[in-house]
Amino acid sequence: MIPGLYFEAYTHSMPGRAPVDAWSVIRYTPCSTGWSAPMEMGSLMSLQLRNVKKSFRLPDGGRLPVLGVREFSMNAGEQVALIGSSGGGKTTLLNAISGITAVDEGEVIVDGLDIAKLPEPSRDRFRAQRLGIVFQSFHLLPAFTALENVLLGMTFGGQPVRRERARELLDRVGLGHRMNHRPPMLSVGEQQRVAVARALANSPKLVLADEPTASVDSANQSKILDLIRTVCEQEGASLLLVTHAPEVAQVFPRVVTLADFNQPGGAA
Amino acid sequence: MNLFTIAWKNLKQRSLASVLTMVSVALGVALMVTVLVLHGVIGKMFSQSGTGYDLIIGPQGSETQLVLSTVYRIDKPIENLPWRYYLQWKDDPRVDLAIPFCFGDTTNEGNFPVIGTSPQFFKAPYARTPEPQQFRVWNPGDFLQGTWDAVIGAEVARKNQWGIGSQFQLLHGGNTEDGHVHDEKFTVKGVLKPTGTPNDRCVFVHVDGFFLLAGHEKPLIEAIQREALFFAEDINGLKEKYKAELAHAAEDEAGGHDHAHHAHAVPDVAKEVTSILLVMKRDPTDQLAATMSSLGIKQELKKGMQAQAVNPIQVMSQIMSKLVGNLQTVLLFMTGLIIAVSGIGVFVSIYNSMAERRREIAIMRALGAQRTTVSMIILCETVLLCVGGGLLGLVLGHGLVYVASPIIEARSGLLLDPRAWSPYELVVVPISIGLAILSGLIPSITAYRTDVAETLAN
Repeated sequence: MIPGLYFEAYTHSMPGRAPVDAWSVIRYTPCSTGWSAPMEMGSLMSLQLRNVKKSFRLPDGGRLPVLGVREFSMNAGEQVALIGSSGGGKTTLLNAISGITAVDEGEVIVDGLDIAKLPEPSRDRFRAQRLGIVFQSFHLLPAFTALENVLLGMTFGGQPVRRERARELLDRVGLGHRMNHRPPMLSVGEQQRVAVARALANSPKLVLADEPTASVDSANQSKILDLIRTVCEQEGASLLLVTHAPEVAQVFPRVVTLADFNQPGGAA
Repeated sequence: MNLFTIAWKNLKQRSLASVLTMVSVALGVALMVTVLVLHGVIGKMFSQSGTGYDLIIGPQGSETQLVLSTVYRIDKPIENLPWRYYLQWKDDPRVDLAIPFCFGDTTNEGNFPVIGTSPQFFKAPYARTPEPQQFRVWNPGDFLQGTWDAVIGAEVARKNQWGIGSQFQLLHGGNTEDGHVHDEKFTVKGVLKPTGTPNDRCVFVHVDGFFLLAGHEKPLIEAIQREALFFAEDINGLKEKYKAELAHAAEDEAGGHDHAHHAHAVPDVAKEVTSILLVMKRDPTDQLAATMSSLGIKQELKKGMQAQAVNPIQVMSQIMSKLVGNLQTVLLFMTGLIIAVSGIGVFVSIYNSMAERRREIAIMRALGAQRTTVSMIILCETVLLCVGGGLLGLVLGHGLVYVASPIIEARSGLLLDPRAWSPYELVVVPISIGLAILSGLIPSITAYRTDVAETLAN
């Protein structure tokens, strides 16, 4: 594939199929390596899981089923709180959606593309370009300033690094005056705000937040939640926030319980 | 941000470990550079290009001592030869140039070796690389036209701040306890352009003036006895031959002779040379003619007991292979070991940091960095450490040579260009740095294999 060229193919919708398949546009997008995954455009859904299964190998050779999701979906721009107990598979689910972990079977359609069918390097690139992730313990890189941490979010996508965009995001999360401070010089709340800015650096369609308030005090908890929700709304990104705390989930318009749709041992 | 920027930031984060690792690489490369430069300088010095003479004729004794004293001026002369013997070689039909060489004194200032020789010395090539290299003097200047003329080497001029017209005195017997300063003064009439040979740190005076210095003229009776012994001739016959000189000497001793009315001339019988340099006649149609003549003379002298003839090139090659070569091999081997140790140091430093950096790698992977990207970042860190250390080592190594060259020169008499470099550096240093970079492969593979989900969960 020659960088810069693209190919478009229009397919008609099939009766009874989800809108993601209707009038989808398969496009080859240019990228640094000259290869990219086909993208399906025009989707109204930002996330769809179908018949997803994931299990881990045990030391005795057996397998431990962790995920068994028959159907789960989120609309574009929707904000959903996913509540579940510890060890219930919340993080594995997020890893499957972000492509960090490959699923055993099923479809993981993010922003119109089934990433379960992609090889690992393509999942990595997709994650860098189209997803934003906010971790429980922020996971900022200590060697880099707040600004550089945000720029790092852009670096791995193979797209041009937009310094102005990074500055604007940090301004928006209230850290315009601390751009050149490294994480150890920032408070816990400030670190999480940098993490939010980094997650939005590439204008993702879907933001995944894994217990983003678990490491902050209650005073900062609601501020962080408000910030994530507001910024995602402004950016037009869907938000899937995973938490074990009902008081966090209750501020979301849609709350789903993992146990309701995840039956690892059952037939997906 | 490119990969090198990310790698550089990571190195800065661990600045102490990074600096120590870089310094260990730098020290290894510096040592290697120093050894290579010394290897080149010493190799050149003891190679075939180091001299332009075909034969050195000197008294019986050590061949090595004769070459070291005559060519390198770093050993004491063996003994002396009669001037008549030199004249014989001068008239030999096989010989193009026969050059008398008298030494043992040094300059009073700077203690540079002084050589009494004839202007012919400057007509002979000082080296063959492989073309004959001729002496040149800075303008204005000439080569030993008068009795009290001197020509000085480039290094002598630089160190003593001497130029045309500078006058100096000699220290008899060199810097020894019984050495005394001669009253007579020589005047600099020529300053040699640098040759890169021991000639640069020598002072050449006219052989006539050299003999006129007190103590350089052998007592007549003693000289006649020595000549009789050397040429196996009847002493009475020689006394008859030198009757006039003996009478003159007797008059001198009685104090009845007035030197003021004519220049004092040293009789040939009282003159001695330390060695004789021979340049053989060359035949453009027969390349081997000069070599065959040299071999013939060597064989002739081997049969007698008068003197020895040595081919300086052969002796220098022996010195090189037996002494210097082995020492250099050991030094190069040790340097190789040091580079290996530096490489292991880089490996240990980066590998140890991997445990604490596994989380950072996992974060980058979670942000979308591919496996190859994170392993390239680790390799970039190794490249920065090794190239940075290598460049620092090059500077350190050449700095060491720059600082050490005058000290080595003062202690050993070996001329070492402070700005010398070895062409091997262009190959050996990049290879060493490349090998050190290879030590980053295992840590980069570790980074490649990092399990993101597991690491972040922990």
